[in-house]
Amino acid sequence: MTNIDVELVDVTKRFGDFEAVKNISLQIQQGEFFSLLGPSGCGKTTNLRMIAGFELPSEGEIYLKGQPVGQLPPFKRNVNTVFQNYALFPHMTIADNVGFGLEMKKLPKAEVKQRVNDTLELVRLPNLGERKPRQLSGGQQQRVALARALVNRPDVLLLDEPLSALDLKLRKAMQLELKELQNKLGITFIFVTHDQEEAMTMSDRIAVMDHGVVLQVGTPTEIYENPATRFVADFIGETNFLPCTVVGCDNGIATVRLGEIAQINAACDAQLPAGQEATVIIRPEKINIHPTRPDDATADTIFAGKVAESVYIGTDTRFAVTLADNATVNVRHQNVSVDDPLTHVRAGDTVYLSWQSAAARVLTA
Amino acid sequence: MTKRQIGFLGILLSPGALWILLFFLIPSLLIVVYSFLDRQTGGGVLWSFSTDAYVKLFTPNPNSPIINDFVIIFLRSFWWALLTTIICLILGYPLAFFIAQQSTAVKSMLIFLVMIPFWTNFLVRTYAWKFILNNNGLLNTLLHGLGLPRIPIINTPTAVLIGLVYGSLPFMVLPLYASIEKFDYTLVEAAQDLGANYFKVFSKIFLPLTMPGVVAGSVLVFIPVVGQYVVPTILGGGKVAMLGNILAQQFGSAMNWPFGSAIAVIFMILLMFGILIYFYFEREEETV
Repeated sequence: MTNIDVELVDVTKRFGDFEAVKNISLQIQQGEFFSLLGPSGCGKTTNLRMIAGFELPSEGEIYLKGQPVGQLPPFKRNVNTVFQNYALFPHMTIADNVGFGLEMKKLPKAEVKQRVNDTLELVRLPNLGERKPRQLSGGQQQRVALARALVNRPDVLLLDEPLSALDLKLRKAMQLELKELQNKLGITFIFVTHDQEEAMTMSDRIAVMDHGVVLQVGTPTEIYENPATRFVADFIGETNFLPCTVVGCDNGIATVRLGEIAQINAACDAQLPAGQEATVIIRPEKINIHPTRPDDATADTIFAGKVAESVYIGTDTRFAVTLADNATVNVRHQNVSVDDPLTHVRAGDTVYLSWQSAAARVLTA
Repeated sequence: MTKRQIGFLGILLSPGALWILLFFLIPSLLIVVYSFLDRQTGGGVLWSFSTDAYVKLFTPNPNSPIINDFVIIFLRSFWWALLTTIICLILGYPLAFFIAQQSTAVKSMLIFLVMIPFWTNFLVRTYAWKFILNNNGLLNTLLHGLGLPRIPIINTPTAVLIGLVYGSLPFMVLPLYASIEKFDYTLVEAAQDLGANYFKVFSKIFLPLTMPGVVAGSVLVFIPVVGQYVVPTILGGGKVAMLGNILAQQFGSAMNWPFGSAIAVIFMILLMFGILIYFYFEREEETV
């Protein structure tokens, strides 16, 4: 039995007529790095704000360590938030900012001082305690915001797109540092982001949201390899979508008709009725591309197509290949060998695509 | 700076400098000089050095060992100005907060309403209050109509205070609004998130960050009110005098120019302390 730190049960949040979050249920485990991922306006921030207590759910209940907290004000919940714009108090020194939470808890001054210093050291900002927030760089302010939350030793740390204001290089460094810090402290992190790469890099599990609904919850691998819906497949990474009609389905393998060109097998989760309109998805890097018809025993599917475009980007070459029924498929070919015949392939040339049945999936949503 | 630049700067600054010299510095010095001269019966001054004015100002009344009438008026003026400032602050802070919470359109309309009284002469508006507060005025007619006893309010300190608060409120609300309006409300969420209850959020975050507005509003209310003349004259009926009244009296009916000047000098010195405090807070704000 794992310990559940945060649980949302049938939570709905309405702003007037608008439903920002629709009937969400989530379980987040102790010590987990959990991301809420989705495009802007998908309800991920509203969700976080309900856990923090800045918004109260219209329906449903939120549990922190098993206690219902849905209707409690933020100052009665043992969670802390790192805000998108940091929200440091401009009239206080860094030390006073970081010590604010402890001062509210009326801890002895000496202990406050000790913990503030320890935490500033933890986020690698020692000796800046006497400065004011505006004298610090964006990256430093970010660390102060982190320290101000962590110093309270919360059950759960909520992070609302905390890295979005930083430049790319600093963001990458902070991603790793955050993950490292989370491992070290063992605190549950709930991280809101619209950046799928960021979520993939850091998270133990990700909840993908759109239009107030959680579409899928899973590890980064699960979400990438087995996306539950077209939206998830499209939002995480790059995908080819091929419309199809289900012919039959047996034991996780579906047989589908791809337009007029072929009948192929692909993985599927549910039992699909014959005749249903569906979509086959296949990731560009899971397609093999060949200059001549391959003699590939591992491939279940081989198609001929014409190259519409090829772009060499160093690590790999990206091809757009038009199949017999005018469907265009994107392919990523890794540039492994030095004298690869594919480097000479030009637009208009005929190539052959192949993939394994298990690499393709049939989705109905 | 090159010589040329200095010359250019001089040209730019000279109209302003001349203005201050002619209409502020020279008259102020004149007041200081007058306060050390002899009075001339029938108004004006005699050009001979004298400290009579200050002696008169600081000579205690025979029946009360420390205080004389003038000191009482000084104290009363400062006390009323302080009271007016506090009442304006208590009324103005929630009002400014309320206005700052509204949508942009409603905000500008409410600010417009706050400023509307400025379109009418202050004297006229104060006379309007006289009509409201008179023994047979609007208030008492209304009370009488409701079968309640009339309240004699005109020509009392209460009437003066009502008039002072009325006239000063916009000067408090506008700077308060300006500093509350630019307040970043995520700071409230941040403080609550860190365990601050509503009272702590206000005392530790909201109030300190809107303090520049409180200080600016207080200075704008306090300083003009100390020297008020119109309100105590009209609503106090000459029975409750403030600094403005004795100044007018000394330069007018009493025809004691040096004494009036001495009162003005002491008044200026005291107010300068207020301004110094204001600049101190301004400096504090810059270091935020």
